[in-house]
Order: sequence, then structure tokens, then C-alpha cells
Amino acid sequence: MTTSTSEFPRRRRLRFSLGRQQIIDLFWQVVMVGIAVAIVAFLWSNALHNLSVRRISTGFAFLGREAGMPIADTWLAYSPKDPYIRAFIVGIVNTLRVAVIGIVLATVLGTLIGIARLSSNWLLSRLAAVYVEMLRDIPLLLQLLFWYVLMQGLPAARAAWRPIEGVFLSNRGLVLPSVPIAAANLWVIATLVAGLIATYVLRRRLTALQMADGKVRHLWPYALILLVGLPALVSLGLGASWTITMPELRGFNFVGGLTLAPEYFALLIALVTYTSAFIAEIVRSGIQAVPKGQWDAANALGLRRSFVLQRIVLPQALRVIIPPLTSQYLNLTKNSSLAVAVGYQDVVSIANTTLNQTGQAIEAIALIMMVFLTISLGISLFMNWYNARIALVER
Amino acid sequence: MTSITDAPQNPLPFHSARSRRTAGGRAIRWLRENLFASVTSSVISLLLIVLLGKALVSLMQWGYWNAIWTLPGDQTAACRSIRGLGACWAVIPEKYRFILFGTYPFDQQWRPALACLTFVALFFVSSRRSFWRKELVLVWAAALVLIGVLMWGGIFGLTYVSQDRWGGLPVTLILATFGLAFGFPLGIVVALGRRSKLPAIRSLCVLYVELIRGVPLISLLFMASVMFPLFMPDGVNIDKLLRAQIAFVLYAGAYLAEVIRGGLQAVPRGQHDAADALGLSYWKKNGLIILPQAIRHVIPPLVNTFIAFFKDTSLVLIIGIFDLLTTAKTSIIDPAWQPFSVEVYVFVALIYFAFCFAMSRYSRRLETQARPG
Repeated sequence: MTTSTSEFPRRRRLRFSLGRQQIIDLFWQVVMVGIAVAIVAFLWSNALHNLSVRRISTGFAFLGREAGMPIADTWLAYSPKDPYIRAFIVGIVNTLRVAVIGIVLATVLGTLIGIARLSSNWLLSRLAAVYVEMLRDIPLLLQLLFWYVLMQGLPAARAAWRPIEGVFLSNRGLVLPSVPIAAANLWVIATLVAGLIATYVLRRRLTALQMADGKVRHLWPYALILLVGLPALVSLGLGASWTITMPELRGFNFVGGLTLAPEYFALLIALVTYTSAFIAEIVRSGIQAVPKGQWDAANALGLRRSFVLQRIVLPQALRVIIPPLTSQYLNLTKNSSLAVAVGYQDVVSIANTTLNQTGQAIEAIALIMMVFLTISLGISLFMNWYNARIALVER
Repeated sequence: MTSITDAPQNPLPFHSARSRRTAGGRAIRWLRENLFASVTSSVISLLLIVLLGKALVSLMQWGYWNAIWTLPGDQTAACRSIRGLGACWAVIPEKYRFILFGTYPFDQQWRPALACLTFVALFFVSSRRSFWRKELVLVWAAALVLIGVLMWGGIFGLTYVSQDRWGGLPVTLILATFGLAFGFPLGIVVALGRRSKLPAIRSLCVLYVELIRGVPLISLLFMASVMFPLFMPDGVNIDKLLRAQIAFVLYAGAYLAEVIRGGLQAVPRGQHDAADALGLSYWKKNGLIILPQAIRHVIPPLVNTFIAFFKDTSLVLIIGIFDLLTTAKTSIIDPAWQPFSVEVYVFVALIYFAFCFAMSRYSRRLETQARPG
């Protein structure tokens, strides 16, 4: 490792033989890689042997066979007669369903609590601190089991709690009023999303133009057309119905409305509250990392408090916040695999059942790893892109 | 009043000028400054006081006034009649031996209890700055041997207790402590490897860290419990607890490596150059000069990783190893006590909280102490 101290620098001389240090380096690398390859080869040959002794087939052919496993809570159409591959896709959708909604809710709750911790109101900041400390120091799995037990202890459907009209909380889970989603509704939503993107692009264009010539341009007329006008037109044109259906109790169960199963609801609450405690700390330290001089300077300019927070403090705080926030999002996604403990069928739970049914442990676990590595990579790429966008541009 | 948690050190700067004036200690003034500083603040305070009061009253009603503390035997009828109105703490004296020590022979349970105390003493000694020297390694070795003797027995007249009868708190502490004790050196080696100049070694380390960190811990535990036997040659049969322990060591190694790597990056380039100029070998340079500085930089995040790791040991519930959480969940399978799981979970949560809270306080104290200079 002590390069350049033992040898005189030989400048501009073509060498075809390796120096002493390079031979040592090469030797160590070959040894390490050799050991790694040997270990893998040893384990692999053992595995092949054991699999043939136990008559377990290898390969992913089982994905096409009938799964025969019931999945209670799905968004996609599924029956036990469907092949394993379909069950896995349902599991991935279930994982994403809890992870994406969990990330959004945890970010909102965590930001609110992080700001509450900085409040000048003693009681509010102290309560936020207790919340953070309590949730961070108890294992997530224990919290999940706790929430699940509480869910099961709720009254039966007939005696369900009704905090608001149309909302029922019982041991069947949370039932909410909903809008039936038909193809026409999906088109309207797609138009709205396209409108959002178009508005965003337009806003950047207008800001760039204003930067160039200093003329103020208003965004709101365009935004109104893109976000309200177009979706309304599409909705009228396709005849989408937006009537809200209220859930009703019929017999022992609910009809209509959107039902969040107790397993899903418990998992969502546990993930959101647990992760929000970590996000609160990240937001707090991010805001505290903005130097006090920035507030003073903004005050000296006579800017409004909300403007200072939005345009001066938050953009700087975000630079500190985004990297640790990314790893919290990844944690939440990985933690969603605890679903298996309460019987919510996410991709890990389905892989586990597959493993028990077929005995093909290697393939099942490889599938879990592939799914999570892909999701992690997706979140990382998105957050890195966002981080690069808001990063300080040094001149 | 400020004993529960410490106040935010630096509230939003807008208010700091106002709060600086609170040198005088009169209660009314304090209230006006901290709870009723403005209209919004007063509304929030009143709302919170009402909500908090309601919550506290119902919590006290459930947990104290209406609670039942003792019951004769398995006669849980009295508890069932007040279910939802009051807690049945009687489940704790009934089950605490099983929750803490699992199926360890009843008359021998002083041994795991002593092992747990040894662990706590070990943690305490390791947290003192004055004990941070080479001899600490010997203390650890001695303590781990002592714990092994206590748990297994078989010598000194102690009856032998096999591993599958272990359970409860000692198993949680064993998984966490051994995981860290072996994961830490592994993490150091991998962190050094990730910063190595040799491309093959660097990519091996990157592959290891990213693979472990990219997947949930559960899939590693599944691997340890289901896949591991497939990878072993015939006749080799490793105990389930040990397999989980190996998974934890690999898991801890990957996460600790990333923390230590952060510390290595914080060591100035000049330290490397100076060590090279002295003609130190690679291992001497890192062992004597770089690593001590690097680890000192990252002690607070290291403690945070320890906390996360301690909590993560509870995941062995899913592969059926009897740690503290699994014994708690198992203790309420008993039909007589089944409805009182909330009480049991609260009890276990307090144990986990005590350990994690102590560690997080410690980490915060280290952070506020003088920075390494």
C-alpha cells in the first residue's frame, strides 16, 4: 500500500512488466475473489445435491402452475386457480399499496410533528417530543401487533363505531364512503395528472421567461384550464359518474364503500406512526440547520413570515432533509414486509406461502430480493433526481 | 418540569428573542411566555390541555382506577367482566416468568436472570469513556464466557440446559449483543474494503453491503431458517438460533460498515499522508491512526444503529425463535388469558423502551459533549 515511497517515480517509461506493488495487489485480489468464488461454489454444489436428494425441482417453471392460495385483500382480480405469477403480482401491488400510501401519510404527519417540536408553545413541542421518543424506542413489530390486537378488540360490525356519518370502524376494519371507479373515471384522473404535469412544465417556462425579460406572467388562467376545465370536459364527454356511495350495514357485513381490512389498516397505522417519528426528527434538524442569519436577513428585508419559510428557509432545509428522508422511505418499504406477522398478504407473505407449498426456497427468496431491490432502486433514483434538482448551484 | 424530555434547544429563530427574556422564574410569566404567547398559541394550548386531560383521565381509568392487579389462579372472570373498562394487570404476575425466560427450567431461572444482569453490567461498563481501552476486549470475552456458562451449564454443578429451551429476554440480548460483537469487526473490514484501491475487493464489499441493505431483514431471516440447511453439506446441522445469529451478524456488518465508512471519509487526507510518510504498513496505519479517529467521529450514529438493531431482533418472531416478543405473544395463547394481550404488550414495550431509551439518551449526551478536537 505504501506506493511511491519505496520506488522512485519512473516517468514516461513504457513498462510491460508489473511492478512489485502491483503484483502484491493483484495477488490479494485474486486470493479474495478466489475465496468468494470457492465459498459460493461450495454452497451451490451442496444446494444442488440437497435439492436432488429431497426431490425439489429448480427453476422458475412453478410460476406458471396453479397457486391454489387464497388472497383475501386484493385490488386486482384474483382467484386461487390463478398461477403463481399472478399471485406474486397481486402481492407486489399489495406491497406498493401500503408502501406508497404509507410514505405519503408518514411524510405529512412527520413534517407536522417536526414543526410542532420547534413550536414556541411549550406544551405542543413537549408533546411532539414525547410522541417521537415513545415511537422510536419500541420495536415496530411490537407496535404492529399492538395495533392489530386493538383492531380485533373493536366492536363487531353491527355495533361499529361511527365517528362521522358514513365512516364505520369495527373489527372488520375501516369502511369509508367511496366513488365507484369505472373506465370513464380513470380517464378523468389521467387527464388531471397530465394537467398537473403540463402546469408544472408551464410554470418553469413562465418563470424562465420572467427571469429573462422581467415581465410578470400569470399562471393561474392556464392552471385553471388545465386542472379544472379539461378534466371537467372529459368527465362530461365520457359521462363519468361521481356519486358517492355510502357504506351500509346489511346482515353481518358492510355493502358499498371502500373497506380497509383490519390487517391493512393496522399495518398502515403502525408504519405511518413509526416512520413519522423518524421523519419528524429529520425535519426538525433540517430546519435547525438553516443558519439564523437567514431569518434575520429575511426579516431585515421586511419579508412576510410565510414567504420566508417557503422561499428562503424550506429550500435550504430540504437540502439537508432529502438524503436521510430517502433512507426513511426505503426503510418504510422494507418494513412493510412485516405484514406477514399480521397476515396481510404482501409479496413477502406470498413468497413465504409459495415456499411452503413448493419447497423452492431459493427461487422464492430470489423473487423477494428482486422485487425489493427494484423498489429500492426506484425510490433511490427518484430521490437522487429530486435531490440533484434542489441542490445548491455553486457559481 | 423539564425532566421528561429536554426542550428543543433551538426553537424557530423567530421566537427565540421572546423566550430569552424568561430568566425570571415566576409561574404566571412562564405560562404567558410559553403557553399563551399569542392568540394562536393560546388556542392550541387550551385545545391540547382539554384533549390531554381527557386522554389522561381515560388512561388512568383503564390502567389504574378500574384495573385488577391480582387474581386467584386462572379465574379470569373478574377481568373479563371489566374488559375494555379496566386493565387486567393480573396477567403480568401470572406470566412474567414465562415472558422473561421462556421455557427455561423453572427452578433454574436465576441463571438467565443473572445472565441478563451480566449483559446490563457489560453495556454499562462499555459506555464509560474511562473504560475505552484495550482491556475492554478482555472484559467482553470474560463476560460472554460467563453468560455461556450460565445459560448452558453442564459444569460447576450446573445442570445442562439445551439451546432450544432458552427464551425471552436473554435470547433478545444474546442476539443483539453477539450480532454487534461480531458484526462490528466485520463492518470495519468491509468499510476498509469499500475504500480500498483494489477494484476487485472494493466491488466484493459493495456487492455485500448493497445486497444486504437492499432487502428486508425478514427475507434474510427466511434465508437463515429455510435456505441455510440447503446450502450445508450432508450431516451438518446447525441450530436454528445460531442460524438466526449468523443472519444478524451479516445484517449488522452491512449497516455498521456504512456508518464506519462515513467516519473514514471524515478523516482528513493529511492523516493518511502522515502515516505513509512514517512508513507504516497498511494495517498499522489504519489500526493506529485512521480507525480510532474515524470511529470517534461516528459514535452517535453508531449508537443509533445499535438501537435500531436491538429493536430489529424482535423480527425473529416470524421464524419462531423465542425472543422476548415471541414469548410475550405465546404467553397469551393460553385461553384463560387470551383477551389480555394489550397488557402483556405494554409490559414488553416498557422493557424494550427502557433499553432503547437509555441508549438514545446516551447517544444524545455523547453528541452534546465536546467534539473530538
